[in-house]
Amino acid sequence: MKTLSGQHALLEARGIGKSFFGIPALDEVDFTLQGGEIHALLGENGAGKSTLIKILTGVYRRDRGTIYLEGNEISPDDVASAQALGIGTVYQEVNLLENLTVAENLFLGRQPRRFGMIDRRTIRDRSKTLLERYGLDIDVDALLSSFSVAIRQIIAIARAVDLSGKVLVLDEPTASLDAHEVKGLFTVLRQLREDGVGIVIITHFLDQVYEIADRVTVLRNGRLVGSRTISELPRLDLISMMLGRELQHITRDHQAEPETIDDRGAPSIQFQNYGKKGSVAPFDLDIRPGEVVGIAGLLGSGRSETAFLLFGIDRADSGTATIDGEQVAITSPEAAIANRFGFCPEERKTDGIVGDLSVADNIALALQAQRGWMRPISSSHKRELADSFIKSLDIRPADRERPIKFLSGGNQQKAILARWLVTEPRLLILDEPTRGIDIGAHAEILKMIEKLCSQGMSLVVISSELEELTAVAHRVIVLSDRRHVAELSGRHLTTDGIIRAIAGTGETEAA
Amino acid sequence: MIHARNLPFVTTLAIFVIAYGLCVLQFPNMLSTRVIGNLLTDNAFLGIAAVGMTFVILSGGIDLSVGSVIAFTSVFVAVMIGSFGVHPLTAFLAALVISTLFGCLMGAMIRYLLIPPFVVTLAGMFLARGAAYLVSTQSVPITHEFIDTMLGFYIRFPGGGRLTLLAMVMLIVFAVGIIVASRTRFGANVYAIGGNIQSAELMGVPVGATTIRIYALSGFLSGLAGIVYTLYTSSGYSLATVGVELDAIAAVVIGGTLLTGGVGLIAGTFIGILLQGLIQTYIVFDGTLSSWWTKIVIGILLFVFIVLQRTIIWYSDRRLAVRQLKEV
Repeated sequence: MKTLSGQHALLEARGIGKSFFGIPALDEVDFTLQGGEIHALLGENGAGKSTLIKILTGVYRRDRGTIYLEGNEISPDDVASAQALGIGTVYQEVNLLENLTVAENLFLGRQPRRFGMIDRRTIRDRSKTLLERYGLDIDVDALLSSFSVAIRQIIAIARAVDLSGKVLVLDEPTASLDAHEVKGLFTVLRQLREDGVGIVIITHFLDQVYEIADRVTVLRNGRLVGSRTISELPRLDLISMMLGRELQHITRDHQAEPETIDDRGAPSIQFQNYGKKGSVAPFDLDIRPGEVVGIAGLLGSGRSETAFLLFGIDRADSGTATIDGEQVAITSPEAAIANRFGFCPEERKTDGIVGDLSVADNIALALQAQRGWMRPISSSHKRELADSFIKSLDIRPADRERPIKFLSGGNQQKAILARWLVTEPRLLILDEPTRGIDIGAHAEILKMIEKLCSQGMSLVVISSELEELTAVAHRVIVLSDRRHVAELSGRHLTTDGIIRAIAGTGETEAA
Repeated sequence: MIHARNLPFVTTLAIFVIAYGLCVLQFPNMLSTRVIGNLLTDNAFLGIAAVGMTFVILSGGIDLSVGSVIAFTSVFVAVMIGSFGVHPLTAFLAALVISTLFGCLMGAMIRYLLIPPFVVTLAGMFLARGAAYLVSTQSVPITHEFIDTMLGFYIRFPGGGRLTLLAMVMLIVFAVGIIVASRTRFGANVYAIGGNIQSAELMGVPVGATTIRIYALSGFLSGLAGIVYTLYTSSGYSLATVGVELDAIAAVVIGGTLLTGGVGLIAGTFIGILLQGLIQTYIVFDGTLSSWWTKIVIGILLFVFIVLQRTIIWYSDRRLAVRQLKEV
């Protein structure tokens, strides 16, 4: 792509594709960055932002596609070669070395030398002048660990720009900064933009996107949704780009449903004024038997945190939980399981499956936990359970002895569902149940959700796929800034309604 | 200003000075150059091995093969000279090449097969010890005029003490080690890897090459320590120097190096070696104490230093937290 002046774009990626173990993480993604531009890269978890960044900065190798830097094709093999080409990165967590001084961090791997020895005086002087440009007057011989995260962030940026100078990639740079520190960071970024540096910023704070960015590129499920100039993109449109609403057809006929939820029988599980400081603001949640409650919101809005509270992974510091009129204390996952709750977490690979155990062992895990370790499940009973669920959920390959890590994502998810179904839960919490799953398994899992609640089980489904929520949920709770901001049901339950609630334009428009 | 990270080193130095002062008060003779010269010579092989161990521990690793490599080298050199009549210099060179390659191999396994250093060097420890038995199970004495010349070379201190060639080799190794650690890119990379290997990699540090070089260096210095040990005892014996790697680790930790890596000084290890030597010398002077007291005192010192390091980390974390609260 050429810019108006006929110059090449600073960094351009065309048709980038990348798969992990056969599961596509990026598919035909284009990305263009101009010099002197701050470009926000947005998308939900698993949208492919990190994968794209890691390909551009040499951490991963792409399967398909081409990358051009100032019109020349490049192929960075590792971080060092990307840095040498001019692409510097500041990662969110792993960043710089706390055991070294500020100056040592700034010049690690490229120390100026005299007679083969590191020239510490030059390093010190150059560090000082380098940081002065960013408005930092600090002791460069002090250990990095003696400075706050905000200052470390600036030091990391100073290193990356000094090292590479053309493209600066920032992964969630403001995640652990307060408002004042964010302001300081943005001043630095604007200065760099003036100097002609191209900046890519990944963040989930939309306010900050509108404050600092010139353009946005939105990814969803590993695909490019679009690239827009921020000044011409209303917030509502941006959110619908991120959450998607191309599929307007709604499988559940909400129009025909009773207008008031009270018609659906008495709630069996009630959470009142339930919350935890710094996690989720206190909320009320009533769940009736056979009901599917959806939870919607952007990344970082408190979706998963709500699930953690409901399942006792985080302890609530306010409010009460009541089951069938009796107050219960859900202070740990064990207590939640004893009350017949189940939870399928978002990170299936790290928090869900035990990869080296067989499908049968994985399915038996929660039942075993419920029974207590003193009463082992006999191996014949385990085989029976596994075989019946492999059949009823159509888990493939139908081999209960196979280590679960060799199954596809969709089949792993089914096995985890089976794990909770054997415990006959009254409430099952599903966090992103269809993430990273192919289309076929996706539909099957949605069908399974409907079947489960027709049998009287209650479900809480967290999802960033709005069509999915409107399709399966009877009611949807909308979160924003770790607060329950709206509850939609009946004819108000549409993707548009959810997007408006997230954007804060209120139910007045939705009604 | 003293960095918090150098506090353990300063503490060790202070403890050494005070301990030496107390010893001299009781036995004024301990101040003589003769005692100092012997202390350096007696601990020369341990000091050389400890320099290599310091680099390994700074990078967050461990090398358990040191004692076995020293034993192998000493037997190998003794048999080469005694039984095959090879010139000592040729034997030394061959021993150094073997021990360095051995270290290289362990480093490559640690890096590319992603096996923890503890496991790889444990295997190396058994392998080198077994190889030593294979060469000879007997104590092999060596007599060679070139070696006599070497042992006869020393610098005389005023007061009758001698700085032997062996002690000189150790001092040179420490001096070079200090420069390499603090003034070369290799040294900086060692600290970086020990601090956080993922960060180091993302900052462009060549982690693979550096890891291999670290274990090669430790192998080389173990070989050199083996040669010095052979000269010191004028013999090679495959059962010798069992557990010397643990003495080296003790010297490194007492010298203020963090066992988790990333923080420490080669000079600290030198003080650690001197402190161990001082305790042994005191026991000899006292004459009534069992030599096991050396182990007991070293054990107590190790405990004290581990607690001290924890306290410093805890204290500096807390200070940072307080400062950040104030900023808000």
